[in-house]
Amino acid sequence: MATLKVNRIGLEPQVYKGSKTTLCAGCGHNSISERIIDAFYEMGINPRQVVKLSGIGCSSKSPAYFLGGSHGFNAVHGRMPSVGTGAMLANKNLIAIGISGDGDTGAIGIGQFVHLMRRNLPIVYIIEDNGCYGLTKGQFSPTADLGSKLKTGVVNDLPPLDTCALAVELGATFVARSFSGDKRQLLSLLKAALSHRGTVMLDVISPCVTFNDHEGSTKSYSYVKDHDDPLEEVTFVPFFEDISVDYEPGSTQEVTMHDGSKLFLKKLEEGYDPTDKINALKRLHETSRRGEFATGLIYIEPDRDDFLTQLNVVDEPLATLPLSRVRPGPEALEEIMEGLR
Amino acid sequence: MSPTDLAVQEEQRSTTRQRVVNDFSIQVATVNGSGSQTANMVLLRSMLLMGVPVSGKNMFPSNIAGLPTWYTIRASKRHYVARKKEVDFLVAMNPETAKEDVLTLDPGAAVVYDEPLKLNTLRTDLVFYPVPFDKLVAPVCPDAKLRRLVRNMIYDGILARLLGIDLAHMEKALGKQLGKKAKAVTLNTGALKAGWDYAVANLTKQDPFFVEPMNETAGKILIEGNAAAAIGCMMAGVTVVAWYPITPSSSLCESLIAYMKKYRIDKATGKATFAIVQAEDEIASLGMVIGASWAGARSMTATAGPGISLMGEFAGLAYYAETPAVIFDVQRVGPSTGLPTRTAQGDLLQAAFLSHGDTKHIMIMPSSVEECYTMAQEAFELAEQFQTPVFVMMDLDLGMNNWMSDAFKYPETPINRGKVLTEETLKKIGEWGRYKDVDGDGIAYRTIPGDGLPVYFTRGSGHNAKGQYSERPDDYVENMDRLARKFETARKFVPKPVIETVPGAKIGFIGYGTTHWALCESRDQLLEETDVKTSYFRLRAYPFTEQLAAFVDAHERVYVIEQNRDAQLLQLMKLELSPERQTRLRSVLHYNGLPIDARSITDDVLAQEGFEVAKKTAARTPGAGMTGGE
Repeated sequence: MATLKVNRIGLEPQVYKGSKTTLCAGCGHNSISERIIDAFYEMGINPRQVVKLSGIGCSSKSPAYFLGGSHGFNAVHGRMPSVGTGAMLANKNLIAIGISGDGDTGAIGIGQFVHLMRRNLPIVYIIEDNGCYGLTKGQFSPTADLGSKLKTGVVNDLPPLDTCALAVELGATFVARSFSGDKRQLLSLLKAALSHRGTVMLDVISPCVTFNDHEGSTKSYSYVKDHDDPLEEVTFVPFFEDISVDYEPGSTQEVTMHDGSKLFLKKLEEGYDPTDKINALKRLHETSRRGEFATGLIYIEPDRDDFLTQLNVVDEPLATLPLSRVRPGPEALEEIMEGLR
Repeated sequence: MSPTDLAVQEEQRSTTRQRVVNDFSIQVATVNGSGSQTANMVLLRSMLLMGVPVSGKNMFPSNIAGLPTWYTIRASKRHYVARKKEVDFLVAMNPETAKEDVLTLDPGAAVVYDEPLKLNTLRTDLVFYPVPFDKLVAPVCPDAKLRRLVRNMIYDGILARLLGIDLAHMEKALGKQLGKKAKAVTLNTGALKAGWDYAVANLTKQDPFFVEPMNETAGKILIEGNAAAAIGCMMAGVTVVAWYPITPSSSLCESLIAYMKKYRIDKATGKATFAIVQAEDEIASLGMVIGASWAGARSMTATAGPGISLMGEFAGLAYYAETPAVIFDVQRVGPSTGLPTRTAQGDLLQAAFLSHGDTKHIMIMPSSVEECYTMAQEAFELAEQFQTPVFVMMDLDLGMNNWMSDAFKYPETPINRGKVLTEETLKKIGEWGRYKDVDGDGIAYRTIPGDGLPVYFTRGSGHNAKGQYSERPDDYVENMDRLARKFETARKFVPKPVIETVPGAKIGFIGYGTTHWALCESRDQLLEETDVKTSYFRLRAYPFTEQLAAFVDAHERVYVIEQNRDAQLLQLMKLELSPERQTRLRSVLHYNGLPIDARSITDDVLAQEGFEVAKKTAARTPGAGMTGGE
């Protein structure tokens, strides 16, 4: 009898799948959904503990296409961060993954994005970034590069927002960029993201095959492939796997994650240190000036207290505390009343 | 004119006037940021301690320091706590407004004033008590920088003497107000005594107003509606709060933070059984509330009109995706920024239908601080039972003013989380669908992330009974009709109106919220002064209950009394009442930013009823000095 393939908690890969995608064939978002499925399966996370959140747009439809066994919340445009924040406040044991787009984050949702980053809420926040509004037929979004051209010939003449630079600046404790076509890097970063306790901001360049994959676009498959500038080779070793990684001293940086997992970052560029905030910002500016995308782990701060720790909430989920712990006794009310007489 | 001249002149008049005991209003005109709030609270509480029913209303500017503010205290042996238009006793401390404050008083009123203002030259038909505040404060407060804050306590001492308030009660009230701040207590007590001593030595009582001990306030508390609502939320077991500061709702969340820090920290671990987040705006506040309720927490926010406007989109999501949310709307004057520190009932229509598409929300409407406490708890029950937003429609007058009340009672029932699916229920109902109407009441069973039960995908887009994305016309209609059915079910569960039917009354009154207090007093005025009988229907919730139509049927004319320009409650009623019933409705409106008063209602109703209403001098309206200042 053939034994079914299962992960460390005994679940089959099938359990991590979602419903059939309704996005365009070849859409970068579908590749990201596949990597998300792989990452959750390989990390052995129970889908019942996961909440999937999103705003509005093509990207925000995608939570339906992975982790069918998890609760999902497709909220309103640009406001997913607040809904995710509320959910995590209610139950700190949940694992939250939020899917947004470049318009959902960079335009209508920039305010909530800013404050999510500041709070260091435990959530994996992914921007499926194609530089345009796909669902409304291809208008520019705020991450479209200067000089990038629409199918109609319209040229973008406003500077782009760099969501990674913003996230580093605003206080996110895990900031990375990847490309939907780079399976290995994206999977390693996603698994590392799931080992992090705090806000993960992962910007994934994800070409829109229908509206933004032509000559003159800086978010097309061919442009991104040619201008991808990886900062390091990312190898992730989860805490539950006993694998040793050999490397030449000085060539690789080792980062220990919150759960004990390890990240090995083989340096491709001399002296890149993702725990150095100022250097990270400098590198982002340099690569974008060259018209390239710095990908890989851009910035990490593994030890900062997350929002729930700062709020000093009890260990159990607030949502399920029994009445005896959330309604003070009659003596408390009497004390308050006495103070008002 | 010297004080002696004044005394002689006034003595003659006082002999012709009867004593007025425990039935008058005091208005203190000061500059905001001058510490007058302590003096006013001490005055209010000392009268309460004498057993006299009192109420206090603050009319303040949207400003931190330097603009005029008025505080009105009303003593009423008949327990009237609404604002009284007429001022009987003025304390004029603000040079900017003093002249107008004095000129608009009714004849016979008394004025305590800062001597250098020389107000006694303005009128001959008032009683004047000049007090040299600066001279009196210097010896009791050597630190010149603090004098500004202590100076006001002197008028408390003066009033105690003139009105007959026991100084010991004032000192007790002062201790209550300042707590353990020993230095402040010493300084203020000194100022209080300085005022008293000055009055004993230099002022002869010439006005008819007296406070005399009663036994009407035993066990009573004095509290703001916002604080009362906060206590209610805590007792309801709220766990997640998200808010954005906005007058007049901020103190609701701030009181809640203070209470929760005191009573909701786990003794064993020192950790909080709650999370309170000051969000980046009102949109995020409601987003957090929705996320938290979705994940199973009892969650709330508090705001005012501008915040409600911003919450529109999320309110529609919560209605359509069916997540509970408790939203306190402490109403202020709109539209737009409006008068941020003034009171109104102008958000009723906006809250009822907040958001695009066919949306209707449950609203509950407390009239008293006690109802702020109980309805806060009911709001959570309704929100979770109906899996929908519930708006608690308060207003600035209720939320930010101090009201006398019986002590609040400890809740008698455990909390009810509504239809949350359990293994047991799942077995009973067989197949589960998030939006499936199993019981015929429009309310479906929900599961909660992390509970291990079947999952669903929550969305604001079209969905079928299973929660799946659907654009099918039949799915849409079925879902919208079920939501309408749910709203119908809510009619039977929202707080019922309080109805007082008077035999023989052809006129019915309908009101809600703080309008209640002026309305009750007006009914007495109508009965006592013109023999007009009225019945009363105090509305407490939307959707309206079935009693509304019956009340309208039972009266020839029904006055809907409210604090907005467009008769919002009447408009809302018209949507449900038959054309014949609509013809019985009339409107009494009050919308100048000040709390509604009984005389305004009485005069308006009498005029509409065809009585000759004597045009009194335009009642004094504070606000003349409220222009400019930006």
